[in-house]
Amino acid sequence: MSTILNAFAEAGALLASFDADFLAIVGLSLRVSLTAVLIACLIGFPLGAAVALFRFPGRGAVTLMLNTFMGLPPVVVGLLVFLILSRSGPLGVLGLLFTPTAMIIAQAILVTPIIAALTRQIVEDLWREYSDHLRSLDARPLDTLGTLIYDARFSLSTAVLAGFGRAIAEVGAVMIVGGNIDHATRVMTTAIALETSKGNLATALGLGIVLLVLALAVTASVQVINAIGARKAAIA
Amino acid sequence: MVVRLACLLAALMLAAPFAAAQGTPLTLASTTSTENSGLLGNILPRFTKDTGIPIRVVAVGTGAALNLGRSGDADILLVHAREDEDAFVAAGYGAFRRNVMFNDFVIVGPNDDPAGIRTQKDAASAFASIAASKSVFVSRADNSGTHKAELRIWKSAREDPVTASGRWYKESGSGMGATLNLSAGLNAYTLSDRGTWMSFRNRGDLDIMFEGDPPLNNPYGVILVNPARHPHIQAEDAKKFIAWLTGPQGQAAIGAFRISGEQLFFPIAAQP
Repeated sequence: MSTILNAFAEAGALLASFDADFLAIVGLSLRVSLTAVLIACLIGFPLGAAVALFRFPGRGAVTLMLNTFMGLPPVVVGLLVFLILSRSGPLGVLGLLFTPTAMIIAQAILVTPIIAALTRQIVEDLWREYSDHLRSLDARPLDTLGTLIYDARFSLSTAVLAGFGRAIAEVGAVMIVGGNIDHATRVMTTAIALETSKGNLATALGLGIVLLVLALAVTASVQVINAIGARKAAIA
Repeated sequence: MVVRLACLLAALMLAAPFAAAQGTPLTLASTTSTENSGLLGNILPRFTKDTGIPIRVVAVGTGAALNLGRSGDADILLVHAREDEDAFVAAGYGAFRRNVMFNDFVIVGPNDDPAGIRTQKDAASAFASIAASKSVFVSRADNSGTHKAELRIWKSAREDPVTASGRWYKESGSGMGATLNLSAGLNAYTLSDRGTWMSFRNRGDLDIMFEGDPPLNNPYGVILVNPARHPHIQAEDAKKFIAWLTGPQGQAAIGAFRISGEQLFFPIAAQP
């Protein structure tokens, strides 16, 4: 019990200290996960919307794959990216193993199916509502795609948050491809794993509390942006 | 749209510092024992200060570190499993190996010592009485240097605990810290390097039950990954590091490192 109480004190102390090492870890966590989510959106939005709108052979199979890959085990993705980026792997010459870039690649692979699968569902539902209208306007497929993604933006923000939650919370992939190197690839989750292995349970839990506060801040900003956007849309 | 552009811009700004990274640092694959005890955090900044060469540490078990060397994903290895190290160099994966330091293993266990190992004369008979009393023992079981040392002791005790795997012999498959957490939770015996044990904070009812027998010695070696096999290895800087670590400055830094006033690692670079 005292460990749990101490954890809150540790979390408070960490947040109040503005310790440079600690802030670097927080900053790297945000940089890696936000960049991974951005890449996942750039791929996942159009991919999900395309699967929702267009009829092509194997569409059912693609949908099944996207939905299944929402549950990709981080440690497996980490291992796969490790083997590809290893000096003995196909992309070894790039020298990307144990860098933040490798961590972004791994997390983007984890998050893309989540965003694509949720986008597909959201856009498909919206398409049922809009199809007659857009068909009557004789809209080109790409315009239709863009319109639907734009009109679904508030629902899609939840998909983005689901992806961000996955990225910021996972430890299996970043531990393997990043190596948890101090001052280079250490993020919140790998720092928590390290402190746990040192038996510093209060510090580890304190870092966990800080991580939750961070997720709260990001989620709250998205909600605020959504609320402002919704008000503007209502006025227009 | 403005919002989305702003997000994109922000993300690009966040990503920008990656491109500005300075000269490639050396990659040292080492064991959790040297990293978690704080030794490397203590001595590596001195090396960088002396030479201007940045160095980063990937802390894994000895088996995993040797694999990173085989695949060329590390420049230097600092590990502790002498036979495997010599085999690694003999197979051409390593250019050469040097002695660096030693510390020792301790057998940690519950304070009431259900297997009565405190009074045993050597490590092998301590292990034998753990097996005879079927007291819970947690093994690293992760192919690490500590795991290999543990298996050697079981062998000299003429015991095959793996047949009891899942009963009194628990194979954690994890690092030293995770294994100590498990042992504290189960109130079990385990073999730990002294450094990790001394800096470990979640001890529960555990304490050192047996120590000081020669088979518990734990020598560390440094290996240069063979640049002939992996041309991208930064051989020049790596050789400077090995010369520093096994030279007067590195050896003095190792000998001066203390936890709670106690010396943990003893320099032995002069020995063959």
